[in-house]
Amino acid sequence: MTVTDTPFAGGIVGEARLRKEDPALLTGEAKFIDDLDLPGALWVACVRSPHAHARIDGVDTSGALAVDGVVAAYSGEDLADTWVAPLPCAWPVTDDMKNPSHFPVAQGKANYAGDIVAVVVATSRYAAADGLEGVVVDYEPLDAVVSVEDAESDRVVIHEDLGTNVSYEWPLIPDPEGVDAAFEAATHHITETYVHQRLIPAPMEPRGVAVVPAPHNGDMTLYSSTQIPHVLKVMAALTLGVPEQKLRVIAPSVGGGFGCKLNVYAEEILCMALAQRHGVPVRWTESRTEAAGSTIQGRAQRQTIELAADADGKLTAVRATLLADMGAYLQLVAPGVPLLGAFLYHGLYDVPLYAFTCKSVFTNLTPTDAYRGAGRPEATYAIERGMDALAVAVGVGADEIRSRNFIPTEKFPYDSPAGLVFDSGNYQPALDRAKELIGWDARMAEQAERRAAGSTTHLGLGISTYVEMCGLAPSRVLASLNYGAGGWESATVRILPTCKVQVVTGATPHGQGHETCWSMIVADRLGVDPDDVEVLHSDTAISPLGMDTYGSRSLSVGGTAIWMATEKVVEKAATIAAHMLEANPEDLELMGGVFSVKGSPDAEVPLAGVAFAAFTAHDLPDGVEPNLQAQVTWDPPNFTFPFGAHIAVVEIDEVTGAVDLVDYAACDDCGNQINPMIVEGQIQGGIVQGVAQALWEEAVYDEDGQCRSANLADYLVPSAAECIDMKLDHTVTPSPTNPMGVKGIGEAGTIASTPAVMNAVVDALRPLGVTGMAMPASPMTVRRAIEAAGGGAS
Amino acid sequence: MIPAAVGYVRADSAQAAVAALGEHGDEAKLLAGGQSLIPLMRLRLARPSMLVDVGRADDLRGISIDGDAVSIGALTSHSDLEHSADLVAACPLLAHVASQVGDPAVRHRGTLGGSLAHADPASDLPAAVLALGGTLVATGSGGSREIAATDFFTGFLESALAVDEVLTGVRVPVSTGGWSYQKFNRRAQDWAIVGVAVAEGGAGVSLVNMGSTPLRASAVEAAVAGGAGAADAAAVAVDGTEPPSDNNADPAYREHLVRVLTERALVAAGA
Ligand SMILES: Cc1cc2nc3c(=O)[nH]c(=O)nc-3n(C[C@H](O)[C@H](O)[C@H](O)COP(=O)(O)OP(=O)(O)OC[C@H]3O[C@@H](n4cnc5c(N)ncnc54)[C@H](O)[C@@H]3O)c2cc1C
Repeated sequence: MTVTDTPFAGGIVGEARLRKEDPALLTGEAKFIDDLDLPGALWVACVRSPHAHARIDGVDTSGALAVDGVVAAYSGEDLADTWVAPLPCAWPVTDDMKNPSHFPVAQGKANYAGDIVAVVVATSRYAAADGLEGVVVDYEPLDAVVSVEDAESDRVVIHEDLGTNVSYEWPLIPDPEGVDAAFEAATHHITETYVHQRLIPAPMEPRGVAVVPAPHNGDMTLYSSTQIPHVLKVMAALTLGVPEQKLRVIAPSVGGGFGCKLNVYAEEILCMALAQRHGVPVRWTESRTEAAGSTIQGRAQRQTIELAADADGKLTAVRATLLADMGAYLQLVAPGVPLLGAFLYHGLYDVPLYAFTCKSVFTNLTPTDAYRGAGRPEATYAIERGMDALAVAVGVGADEIRSRNFIPTEKFPYDSPAGLVFDSGNYQPALDRAKELIGWDARMAEQAERRAAGSTTHLGLGISTYVEMCGLAPSRVLASLNYGAGGWESATVRILPTCKVQVVTGATPHGQGHETCWSMIVADRLGVDPDDVEVLHSDTAISPLGMDTYGSRSLSVGGTAIWMATEKVVEKAATIAAHMLEANPEDLELMGGVFSVKGSPDAEVPLAGVAFAAFTAHDLPDGVEPNLQAQVTWDPPNFTFPFGAHIAVVEIDEVTGAVDLVDYAACDDCGNQINPMIVEGQIQGGIVQGVAQALWEEAVYDEDGQCRSANLADYLVPSAAECIDMKLDHTVTPSPTNPMGVKGIGEAGTIASTPAVMNAVVDALRPLGVTGMAMPASPMTVRRAIEAAGGGAS
Repeated sequence: MIPAAVGYVRADSAQAAVAALGEHGDEAKLLAGGQSLIPLMRLRLARPSMLVDVGRADDLRGISIDGDAVSIGALTSHSDLEHSADLVAACPLLAHVASQVGDPAVRHRGTLGGSLAHADPASDLPAAVLALGGTLVATGSGGSREIAATDFFTGFLESALAVDEVLTGVRVPVSTGGWSYQKFNRRAQDWAIVGVAVAEGGAGVSLVNMGSTPLRASAVEAAVAGGAGAADAAAVAVDGTEPPSDNNADPAYREHLVRVLTERALVAAGA
C-alpha cells in the first residue's frame, strides 16, 4: 500500500470493521418488501404478453372476475384515464430523441414478452395468480425485432408513430478531420467488433411494491424494493398526479439492485393507482421468472473499436461506434447508459484524438437500462480487448503495450481527448503490483512450457486495466448531457443530548454498507464509538432530500456530504465549547471526543458536555441556536476516476472447450478507503459479476423474442462454488476533488474482470489460431471457435 | 411461481401411500423430496389435485447390504447415499454420483426414488442405477413387482410405474470394479449437459442427457466386451442417442462431448 497523507485522525477510518447491517440481515430480522405485514392488502398479479410483438384486439377479464378472491381486473383501456403522464425517461440525451409513450398497462399493442396487458386484483397472492388464468387476451402476433441490426434496418417499425426504430444518435467527435488524418497516417489500424450480450441483473431479492393509502387525508406510502426512493417520489408524483407532499416513499431492506432498481417501474405506478382506486393497501411481489422479463436488463450493444497507432504501438487515435439496444421502451436513464461510457473508450491511455458515436435502437425485447458499471464496462471491454489485438499486431506483450500508452503520472489532472478532466492517477504501479500478485513471469514461463509440450490444456493470461468515471455527478455536467436531475447529495448530522449521533443520508443503501461506513466517518471525527452513530436512510419522511445510490456515487458524493455536515457540527460545538472554556473557538481542537485548548491541556470539555449544554440551552453564546445539528448538500465539482489493473489466468480444455478460471489478481485504486473490508467485498463481488458475463451469463432470446433463460437453471448466475480465491491489493491515489480523497469502488470489479477473462481466453487459444471469442465463452462457443480456426484435438 | 390449489394427505408408510394413491387415482402425485415436483407445480407445469406426502414414511428409507446386493429404500436422500460409509465401500459409483447432484440443500431433500420415478434424462442417479444394472421394486394394490432398470424408463419423464404404484426400493449389485462418472456442466450445481457413468470397468455404461430417457450405452458395452480399447469403444457412444438442443449444447456438440466423456470415463475405470 502506498503511504499517503490522510484526512482522518480518529483511528476508526481505515479499520476493517464488521458491518453493522449484518446481524439483522443474517438473522432474518431485516424486513424486505415481502416481509411487510399489511392487513387487508389486496394482491396484484400482472397479465403479461406472451408475445414479443402483438396487436391486442381485445381483453376479456370476465373469467378472472369469476375466480374466488378476485376483486377486480383491468385492461389497459380500463385504466387509460388514470395516468397523468407516461412512465418517465429522465434522460433525453438529444433534443430529437424518439421516446415512445409507455404506460403501466399496454393499450393496443404489446411490444415485448412481459409487457403488462391486464392486471388482476385479489385478496391473496394465490387468488391473484389463479385470476391471471381467467383473463383472455385476443392477440394478433406480429413479426418481432430481436437484433439491433434488424432494428436499425427498420424492416419492422415497432412504434409506428415514431416512423423508425432509431431512438437517437449521439456523436462526440471533437476533431473529425484530426481523427481521420490520424488513421490515415497510422502504422497500425486495428478494427475489432464486440457484442455485449444482454444480461439479467438477478439481485438476490426480485422487485416488490406495496402501497398504503390513507384515502381521507390523501396520504400515500409507497414501499418499493428500489435504489431510488427520492427520485421515485418525484417521478411517481408527476406520473400519477399525486401531490408530492402527500407521498412518502420507503425502501425497506433491499436485497441488491446492481442498477436494476434504479428505475421507475410500471408496477410501482400501477400499485399506487390501484391503491388509490380501491382505498386499501395493494401489493405485488415479483417472481424470479417474471423478473427475467420485466425488470430491466443490462449491456446489450454491439461495438466497433478502431485504434490508430504508430510503429511502436503508441496510440494516436481511438474511434468507437456503438449500436445499442434500448429494448421496447425507454426506461428511466436508459438512453444515457452508453454516454456514461462515451468518454472512456480510450481507457487510461494518453491519446490525442478521439471519436465516439452511439446509435440506439428499439427492439421487441425487455427494456435495458443501467446495470453495474453502466457504460463503463462496455467501454473498458472495447479498449482493453482492442489493446490486446494491438499488442499482437505490434509484436509486444499485453503488459508492454499498456505501459507504453498509460497517461503519464505527471500529466494529472489530465485533460482527456473526450473533454473530461481525470482527477488523479498513477497507473503503472497498479499494473506492476497485479503482475507481481499473479506471478506474471512464472505464469508466462508455464504457458510457454505447456505450448512447447503440446498440451491440450491451454493456459491463458489476460490483463485488463481500467479507469472509470464515477461519483455521479456534477449537476452542471449532467445538465450538459441533458440529464433531467442533479447529482448532489444531502446529509444531516445530529448530536443528540446524550452524545449519541444520528446521521441522515440521501444515499440509499441496498447492500453496500452505508450504515457502517457513514458511522465510521462521523465517529472518526467526533471521537465517539461507531456503534453510537445511527445512520437513517431510505425513507423520504426521515430523509426528505436525496439523489440515492448508483454510479459508485455514495461515498464520494454522499459520504462527502456526511463529512462536511460533521465538520459543520464540530464547528458549532467548538463555539459552545469555547464559551464553556472561556477560550477562542479557533484555539480548540477536538480529539478523542474531547475539546481542549491547544497548548493548555488542562482546559478541556468533553463533547458529551457540549452536547448536553447545546440541548439545555441554558448558557449558550449569543446568537447560537440550541442543539447540535447541521445539514449539507454537496454537489461535486468533478467526477472521480478510480483505476486499477486486473489479471485473469484461465485453463482451457481444447477437447471440450471448457474454460476454467484458475487464478485472479487485482490491484485497484479508489483513493482513500474508509473500510478496507467493504472495499474488498465490493471488488470480489464485482469481479465475480464481471467474470459471469465473460463465462456464464446471457439472456438468451429466440427469433420470436422469447426469453430462453428465464430462470436460474438456464440463466447461469455463478454460485460460491464457481468463485476462486482472488489476490487483491490496492494503491492509494487520493482524489483531489473531495476532502476525504475518496473515489468509489462499487463497479470497478465488474468493469475490469470481463475483459481480463476474455483476453485470457483468447490468449490461451492464440496458438490454435483463435483471434476472437464471443461472450459468454461457453464450452460450446469455445470449442466451435477452436474448430473454426481449424484446430482441436478430439 | 404460485402453484395452483392442491389437496394434501400424509402417508407415513409404503402401505398408506399405496392406499392413498388407490383412493385418489391419477389426480394424485406422490411427494417425496419435492425437488422436482414442487418447481414444476410452482411454474404450473404440473397441477396434481392431491399430494400424497411420503416424506415421513421411514420404512422407505435406508441402505442395507446383504451378500452381493445393496438394497436402498426409495426415500433415501442423495445426501444419505453420498455419506454412507457402507455404500461408499460396496458401491462407490452410486455414492459418488449422489454427491454430484445439485447442491447440498437439494441433496438433503431429494430422494433416490424421486429421482428415478421422475425419469428425467438429465438426472444423474438414473444413469448410475442403469450402469450398475439395478432393479427397481414397485408396490401397488396388487403387491410388489420388480422392474429391471433397463425397462423402467419408458419416455420423457415417463416410467413403467402404474398410477397407483409406489417405487419402494432399489437394488444394485455390490460393485467395486473400475468405475467413473464424468459429469460435464458449467456450474457446480447444474444438471449435466452430458454425463457418462461407467461401472465394472465398462461392463455397464450409461449416458445422461443424450435422449428422451436415461440411456444405456449398449454399443459401448458391447465394444468393451469385445475387447475394444477406450477410444474405439467411445467412438460408438453416439449410437442410439437422440441428443436434445438447449442453450448449452446443440446435438452435434453433445455428440462430440459424449464421445470425449465416454473415453475419459472408460480410461478412468480402467477399461
Ligand atoms: C436446484 C436443483 C438442482 C438440481 N440438480 C440436479 C442435478 O444436478 N442432477 C440431478 O439428477 N437432479 C438434480 N435435481 C433434482 C433432484 O435430484 C430431485 O431430488 C430428484 O430429481 C427428485 O427427487 P425428489 O425426492 O425431490 O422427488 P419429488 O420432487 O418429490 O418427486 C418427483 C416425481 O417423482 C414422483 N415420486 C417421488 N417419489 C416416488 C416414489 N417413491 N414412487 C413413485 N413416484 C415417486 C413424484 O410423484 C414426482 O412425480 C435438482 C433439483 C433442484 C431443485
